[in-house]
Amino acid sequence: MTTPSQVLTLKIDGQDVTGRADETILQVARENGIHIPTLCFLDSLSPLGACRLCLVEIKGSPRLFAACVTYIAEGMEVLTKSDRLNKYRRMIVELLFAERNHICSICVANGHCDLQDLAREMGVTYVDFPYRYPRLGVDASHERFGLDHNRCVLCMRCVRVCGEVEGAHTWDVAGRGIEAHVSADLDFPWGDSDTCTSCGKCVQVCPTGALFKKGVAAAEMVKHRSFLVRLTAMREEAE
Amino acid sequence: MNRIELQAIADKEIERQQELKCRVLCCASTACLSSGGQEVRKALQDELKAAGLTKDVQVVATGCKGLCSRGPVVEVTGPAQERVLYANVTAEAAQQIVRQHLVGGQPVNDYRLDADSPFFTKQVRVVLSNSGIVDPERIEDYIARQGYAALGHALREMTPEEVCLAIRRSGLRGRGGAGYATGLKWDLVRKADGRDKYVIANGDEGDPGAYMDRTLMESDPHRVLEGMALAGYAVGAEQGFLYVRGEYPLAVKRLERAIKAAERQGVLGSRIFDSNFNFRVDIRIGAGAFVCGEETALMSSIMGRRGEPRPRPPYPAQSGLWNSPTLINNVETFGNIAPIILNGPEWYAAMGTEKSKGTKIFALTGNVNNTGLIEVPMGITLREIVFEIGGGIPDGRTFKAAQTGGPSGGCIPAEYLDTPVDYESLTALGSMMGSGGLIVMDDQTSMVDVAKFYMEFCMDESCGKCVPCRVGTAQMHRLLSRLIAGEASAADLATLEELCRMVKALSLCGLGQSAPNPILSTLKYFRAEYEARLKSGAAHGAPSQEAA
Repeated sequence: MTTPSQVLTLKIDGQDVTGRADETILQVARENGIHIPTLCFLDSLSPLGACRLCLVEIKGSPRLFAACVTYIAEGMEVLTKSDRLNKYRRMIVELLFAERNHICSICVANGHCDLQDLAREMGVTYVDFPYRYPRLGVDASHERFGLDHNRCVLCMRCVRVCGEVEGAHTWDVAGRGIEAHVSADLDFPWGDSDTCTSCGKCVQVCPTGALFKKGVAAAEMVKHRSFLVRLTAMREEAE
Repeated sequence: MNRIELQAIADKEIERQQELKCRVLCCASTACLSSGGQEVRKALQDELKAAGLTKDVQVVATGCKGLCSRGPVVEVTGPAQERVLYANVTAEAAQQIVRQHLVGGQPVNDYRLDADSPFFTKQVRVVLSNSGIVDPERIEDYIARQGYAALGHALREMTPEEVCLAIRRSGLRGRGGAGYATGLKWDLVRKADGRDKYVIANGDEGDPGAYMDRTLMESDPHRVLEGMALAGYAVGAEQGFLYVRGEYPLAVKRLERAIKAAERQGVLGSRIFDSNFNFRVDIRIGAGAFVCGEETALMSSIMGRRGEPRPRPPYPAQSGLWNSPTLINNVETFGNIAPIILNGPEWYAAMGTEKSKGTKIFALTGNVNNTGLIEVPMGITLREIVFEIGGGIPDGRTFKAAQTGGPSGGCIPAEYLDTPVDYESLTALGSMMGSGGLIVMDDQTSMVDVAKFYMEFCMDESCGKCVPCRVGTAQMHRLLSRLIAGEASAADLATLEELCRMVKALSLCGLGQSAPNPILSTLKYFRAEYEARLKSGAAHGAPSQEAA
């Protein structure tokens, strides 16, 4: 019987590593300097397992496992890189680029964007899929912040930070499938939201330029990395 | 309530039915109601009143008899009466039936249906044994047919371990589609630690063309409730939830009445059959999302959250509703429980194939003469279903393919008509058993159009949580549209195949993981149809687009 504090040994990419039974593959990999690409994952927010970039292979199973939500097991042999994984991860990034209107050159987050970093990491210089070019709006009704749906990748970081850390639960998802989008309160303009405290946490955790501070021009929105370090402490306070 | 009182109710009801000269059973399920079943029933009652026969003849609104394409279906039955079935009954025909048959004693041959035709004789009705015979709104009718006897027996004579063992030995597998061993699942929940446990019946049937669960809930609601109560006793749960699709108002109405009647009789609620076992059932109604048939999304919906799946593990058996161990089975699976307990697991395991036991209900639709609801033993061949039960393909056309498993399944071509219908065989053909939709297609059907239809369905029904399903289904749909418009190149077809493999491998839940199946299976058997739609002379790569 495994207990949460039990220490287990396993192999990641051939490297012998140890971890506690209540740690995920992603946590143990990071502790050991093994890089696994992620997008929806953010330390101190509840893991979602939605972007599917952190999928890894586990020896003995034909299935793929999301490293952010899969707990380690004794003797497990994890492979974080393979031709198949690389190909699929690249396709995910391509699908995200083709889904909405990501025009880096005119984006506030150009050069400070997780999606852009991922594309660079995967070597995405072109997209195999037809672009969808959906007509999407920009919500500029909030006094200090803006939401550009064209740049949203639906990672749900804003939804989670707002509900789990700030405790406001202003953000949630409306619609489904390809029509899904984040919405403030009951699909109100952000500026009309009764619950938003204007704390700006959602803007800081947004991996792209979808949520941005007003008044910055292309490539000017540098996010405060120090904020993310404090997120864990904030979460503990919130609880 | 105790078992003697239960028997007394049954005896009284049987006696009442024996005293009648005959009973006229009118199907009052959704299919027959939509073809005028209500007017037929009214005409029968009016005409009987006029003939002064209301004391001797009772008109009963029953559940489905199966032959939905020939509805409304009416059956005349009685202690000293040959069983006569009528199809396509109209209000005028109903009057004629009363005058000529019930008064005159001469069956009306114009509307008569052959009860010995293969449609009826090839079927084995276990789950649907009461369907079309009992009045779903009268608990006495169900009790008269050994209803709640299995529950009474289990509570008095069996331990929860023994109930689980019986289900394990019966070989019953989940009827929702995946085919997980039911007894094993029950044991997992029984052994899981937790003060509160829950039982859920999944009635969120949503595959296009499938209506097995709806019919069972409409025709024999008590059968589902009894199965749930037996499950509650076996796993140690006191609360059950019946999750019913919002588009099934008649099922909800009948289930609500059934729950009330069962509580009044003391076969649900507190101290059932004077034992220490309590079990409540509450109905939860879905709001029109196909993905809520996926177990984790369904539980999320029951808890009042957005119906989105979450990664498993943890499985519901470990951590389900409100983090408690939860047993979740399909409605049809629960329909099998009472007969297994009553007749024994050996009786059940004698039906079917080595790995797939018992019977399966299919909704037989499409280009086939007899469309309707059928229950057949596992291992029957597709040919028997389509050509004997289904009566073959109409208008002299030929059989092309059968689609099973809905948007998660695939198309099975004519060369595999002799494949036995069981979980493993269908999966090996690139389709799946699924919940029981079976759509027959003739030689005029375009398989690319079929694939596009299902992809459109999956795209609309994707919840949007994970990237491969949300964007992948939209891209696959787009590529198929291009192909159908004659604008696709060979490279587009290659991209489509690659996308199928990727969405299958990467998606978070079953919806996305199986969404590419309709394309993959039609590509496997009808590849030429895809290639014929390619842009002429466009064998070389599509223009690639630069990333922003």
